Amino acid sequence: MTRRDLLRSMAAAAAISAAEAMFPGILFGAAGSPGTGAAELTPSDGGVTWRKTPCRFCGVGCGLLVGVSNDRAVAVKGDPASPVNRGLCCVKGYHSVMALYGKDRLTRAMVRKDGKLVPVPMKEALDLIASKMAETIKAHGKDAVAMYGSGQWTIPDGYVASKLMKGAIGTNNLEANARLCMASAVTGFMTSFGLDEPMGCYDDIDHADVFVLWGNNMAEMHPVLFSRLLERRLKNPAVKIIDLATRWTRTSMAADRSILFKPQTDLAIANAICHEIIRTDAVHEVFVRDHVSFHEGKTHIGYGLEDKFTFKDEPKTIDLARYRELLADYSVEKVEALSGVPARELRYLASLYADPKKKVMSLWCMGFNQHTRGTWINNLVYNIHLLVGKIATPGNSPFSLTGQPSACGTVREVGTLTQRLPHGDVTEEKARKLAAEIWGVPVERIAAKPTYHTVEMFRAVDRGDIRFLWIQVTNPMVTMPKLRRYRDGLRKDDRFIVVSDVYPTPTTDVADVILPSAFWIEREGMWGNSERRTQHFERMLPPPGEAMSDTWQMIEVARRLGFEKLFPWSEATHIQEIWKEYRRFQAGPEHEMAPYEELRRRPGVMWPFVNGKETKWRYNGQYDPAAKAPFDFYGKSDHRAWIWFRPYEAPPEVPDAQYPFWLNTGRVLEHWHTGSLTRRIPVLHQAVPAAYVEVHPNDARRLNIVNGGRVRLTSRRGTLILPAQIDGRARPPEGQVFVPFFDESYLINELTLDAFCPISGQPDYKKCAVRLERA
Amino acid sequence: MPIKSYLAYPVRGRSDELAAALRRLSGCQVFAAVNRDVLVLVTDTPHEAADEALQGALADIPTMDALALVAGIGDAIIDSEATPAGAHQEGPHDPA
Repeated sequence: MTRRDLLRSMAAAAAISAAEAMFPGILFGAAGSPGTGAAELTPSDGGVTWRKTPCRFCGVGCGLLVGVSNDRAVAVKGDPASPVNRGLCCVKGYHSVMALYGKDRLTRAMVRKDGKLVPVPMKEALDLIASKMAETIKAHGKDAVAMYGSGQWTIPDGYVASKLMKGAIGTNNLEANARLCMASAVTGFMTSFGLDEPMGCYDDIDHADVFVLWGNNMAEMHPVLFSRLLERRLKNPAVKIIDLATRWTRTSMAADRSILFKPQTDLAIANAICHEIIRTDAVHEVFVRDHVSFHEGKTHIGYGLEDKFTFKDEPKTIDLARYRELLADYSVEKVEALSGVPARELRYLASLYADPKKKVMSLWCMGFNQHTRGTWINNLVYNIHLLVGKIATPGNSPFSLTGQPSACGTVREVGTLTQRLPHGDVTEEKARKLAAEIWGVPVERIAAKPTYHTVEMFRAVDRGDIRFLWIQVTNPMVTMPKLRRYRDGLRKDDRFIVVSDVYPTPTTDVADVILPSAFWIEREGMWGNSERRTQHFERMLPPPGEAMSDTWQMIEVARRLGFEKLFPWSEATHIQEIWKEYRRFQAGPEHEMAPYEELRRRPGVMWPFVNGKETKWRYNGQYDPAAKAPFDFYGKSDHRAWIWFRPYEAPPEVPDAQYPFWLNTGRVLEHWHTGSLTRRIPVLHQAVPAAYVEVHPNDARRLNIVNGGRVRLTSRRGTLILPAQIDGRARPPEGQVFVPFFDESYLINELTLDAFCPISGQPDYKKCAVRLERA
Repeated sequence: MPIKSYLAYPVRGRSDELAAALRRLSGCQVFAAVNRDVLVLVTDTPHEAADEALQGALADIPTMDALALVAGIGDAIIDSEATPAGAHQEGPHDPA
């Protein structure tokens, strides 16, 4: 099959998908059966076989059908059988398989010799990794080796990483890039409900009357899910979409109302809504009395700017009266002055949540999570829903969206974070005992104390506390905040860096060993999306050259380290065997996972999966087999959801005379994260070939900046020159600029600050101060 | 735009005739839906002039009720390698 054949097939797939969106259930070809996810075109279509997989990109988890012919992926269409996307894809999904075929795919292992990376046989590279790991542990202790993975890891990748690092070696030096995107969502869930991940699901969209998008440009970041919101409104004109954000975007354009607020003041806005709900006697008194408890924690909790920063909250139980007193500073009038949002808009927002006839869905993603008070703002949105009893029922849903295909499935559920195990925290004796029993290791080997979250882990590499770091499926030399410090740290002479990836990146540039990875459908795996849906994909294609799955790379190294007995599986069946072992951790009605055979058969299965049935709404006795009452927040020992008083606190760095602009960073529709995949897809690259800085036209006029002209951005940490964009796809308010981070040629994280939420450890990429000049 | 895909809608009840007419044209590939009156048409022409000529021929088919363009892939994309110029270049990645 030629490149031209592939492009022709993709054009056909785009049209077939469009037809499927317009005519649900449409069939093309005698053998076609989209409803089973096993559609095939007629033989005249070139013998293409269609197989199901979740999309490679974001956390929505769209189901795709990939057309395969002669060991090559030739086409993509949305899977009509997938309840997530119902046959639709976004522009990234439609072009996803082209990411398999970039001409600079890594196909051979590379080892740095005399300062240069040279190709070596895979076996030699794996031998070297194992010997360096063993040597480092012997010389510096087990906490001198670390692994840094990803929300793009498959569930088996994450499971093997956890077993290797925590069960075999005995260190908690395991982190993943989801710390940079989802950690505050996790700590938000844990502190409010005692268990991670949403209570609702995407079906909530089909029931809600109001959608409040908190700092979330869904039209670009979760386009297929956003189309479901638009479809809901199209069918029900009374439905309202409210965009609450710090800059005007495509989402604002599509929304019924756009409300702009000053950075960080979402904390105050959420409190103002709660204040107004209480002031207008709109509290759902029965729900609150029976299912909620009130708490406050420490304040002035810091920002983690110094190495070895630690924080431990001290929750105190309070009552509604005390909570009301604490909210006294958050009247709509006071918050108008702080946030810039008119009091009437704040009252309007409160009235939407308070109206007993309206079902309300709140949605958020990085705006909340990448926040120095990320845990708090997650708590605060739950507070609103809990006060009015709008939670865990169809259409009433605070819903945390995710950015990667398996930030939930792998990082959060398998627990590839320093403090986590596949079930529970390392600090819990019961969790360590369960892990030791399933893994067949002495319980004492599993360390009871977390070590470093991501920022601290890279600081530890810089300091030399960590000497060996293995990075898989992620590109931290683009994504780490205050990047220069961490890049210089990894480049130090006595550090040994291993990078497993599919393409060269700024991270492979700092590697001592590069392992070529099998990509997506070149191996078997599972991912878990934002709505607790686990999706299986099979190996459809042979990986190029010596490329090997990340799972098998780790197993090979583990065996070389002497842990053969812990990793006994055969290459042919290891994914099935790993799944079987992993399921033991999640047994029980609170988190039961579907059997392997069910995952192979269905376009994803939501957990808890009990007696052959998915659980769409947790904590609700009508739907959730683990709930013992109409509402039962069983994650907390008091079986109540926790309302936390969390105040507004300013960020650590705000604009001043020297650095008068806010810098916000993020993504664009066409590119995914650091662009290492989407920049190799010609259609997407040509659509947005380079990063830029969005500037408000008044600021541009004042500073003599023209559209496309060069602009110098300077923060206390670095300088970057890049082209200006004025009134392009989005417009920041005056005094703010926005830069996307997908382009490795413009490393915006040279400028960002490595401040983080003290509870979650997640950095804030949305706020720091910069100076803006015409270059 | 040498490669394009369309949804082609036949005059009511004349789907088979439309499919046959399209298949007779050079550079056309047709996928007919089996349970709806709609066809997917993919055209592949060597250059813009041929594409324009084909457009004219499509417009002349009497059994065609409507034709909606879904995707178009131009010469620059077809001729480009899978790795665009913007992909990784090893270097220090230092800011300006």
